[in-house]
Amino acid sequence: MATTTIKFKLNGQPVTLSTHPLKRLVDVLRDDLQLTGTKEGCGEGECGTCSVLLDNRLVNSCLVPIASVAGRQVITIEGLRSTPRFDLLQRCFAQAGGVQCGFCTPAMIMAAEAILSANPYPTEKQVREGLAGNICRCTGYGMIVEAVLEAARKGGGLW
Amino acid sequence: MVNTFRPSDLAQALRIIADTKPTVLAGGTDLMVRHKTWSGVVPHFDRPVVLIGHLPELQGIEIRDERLFIGSAVTLAAILEHPLVPEHIKSPIAQMASPPIRNLATLGGNICNASPAGDSLPMLYALDACLHLESVRGRQTVSISEFISAPGRTCLEPDQLLTAIEIPLIKCRTHYYRKVGQRQANSISKVSFYAAADYDKQRIHWVRIALGAVAPTVVRSPAAEGLLAGLDASGLKAVIPAVINIYQGLLSPVDDVRSTQQYRREVSLRLLENYLTRELMK
Repeated sequence: MATTTIKFKLNGQPVTLSTHPLKRLVDVLRDDLQLTGTKEGCGEGECGTCSVLLDNRLVNSCLVPIASVAGRQVITIEGLRSTPRFDLLQRCFAQAGGVQCGFCTPAMIMAAEAILSANPYPTEKQVREGLAGNICRCTGYGMIVEAVLEAARKGGGLW
Repeated sequence: MVNTFRPSDLAQALRIIADTKPTVLAGGTDLMVRHKTWSGVVPHFDRPVVLIGHLPELQGIEIRDERLFIGSAVTLAAILEHPLVPEHIKSPIAQMASPPIRNLATLGGNICNASPAGDSLPMLYALDACLHLESVRGRQTVSISEFISAPGRTCLEPDQLLTAIEIPLIKCRTHYYRKVGQRQANSISKVSFYAAADYDKQRIHWVRIALGAVAPTVVRSPAAEGLLAGLDASGLKAVIPAVINIYQGLLSPVDDVRSTQQYRREVSLRLLENYLTRELMK
């Protein structure tokens, strides 16, 4: 069994693809589906750069074999882009200076979305805990934390 | 190229495990790293793989007869979010890995990995957890200390699957957990220390103490715990050097990339001393 047929929902749309069942979700997204907004950093679950939402939970897509995604729902940065929540997060990240080189940013936005969906009014400590699996080598984190807190303040029912 | 199986129920999974002796993958947070090759290349497994993370029979959390049962494929995040799970069980799990990894990683996986630095293990040893193993031949229950035999080694037979973790719920007045690592999230422990106790103003009813990452398997001493049970505050003070001495004899830490023997020994004994002098009977 070199390949198998996998069906799942990607950014709200049903997807059917034929691939190796143990191929990593990050590779399927980037190589098979050309969704290159999701980045690969360490490939070991340490850096969080490949974070996506799987059934509305933040996961490292480098650790997920595609066969375990069957029947489930994946949201990537491309899917989040069309939402008003993304618009607000994008503005807050820009205003706070939370984007420098930008490599960690798609995953930071996904993590921010996961934090605010679970808790629309997080404390700074909760934001820092929610971002703990995502590494940024530029900002020193303060500006990213501030961006998420600002999005929470301005969110007014978006989450 | 190895076969990958995604069984639809536990019975089918047990048959596949008996027939193919596969690598069992639940959350994948260790296995996908251990078997990865290059970006864009399928991870290399040399045995068939059976996915069990989705099996409904392995997802439950329930209490029966004062005992908590956690399905082996329950994620760490699901344990932390569950209202039936007491704080003294949640506290070490809350410090494991990172939020995205806790959404994938399972308690069963942490146990079957049998890493000396497995962060759920000191808590499970201290609370006398039992493991439910199943195969097409039948069911078996073993204590966690019997189950883990050496670093990375368990007594799991090739056709068996860990299906549930059973933890007796004891009345626990305080619990104390310290993990020493390089980074707050995602660090593999250099040393970890777990204790739970019940006491009143007069005396200690019982204490359980377990140390991780300082020996091939978790260190727990029934002799030392026996010395502490029943003591009052002055008795406790008098016995502390003897208790520390017992643990000192049980530590056999290693030098590795994360830390040194000397550091592990020093820090674990200081955590023990701090617990006995400042936390217990506080």
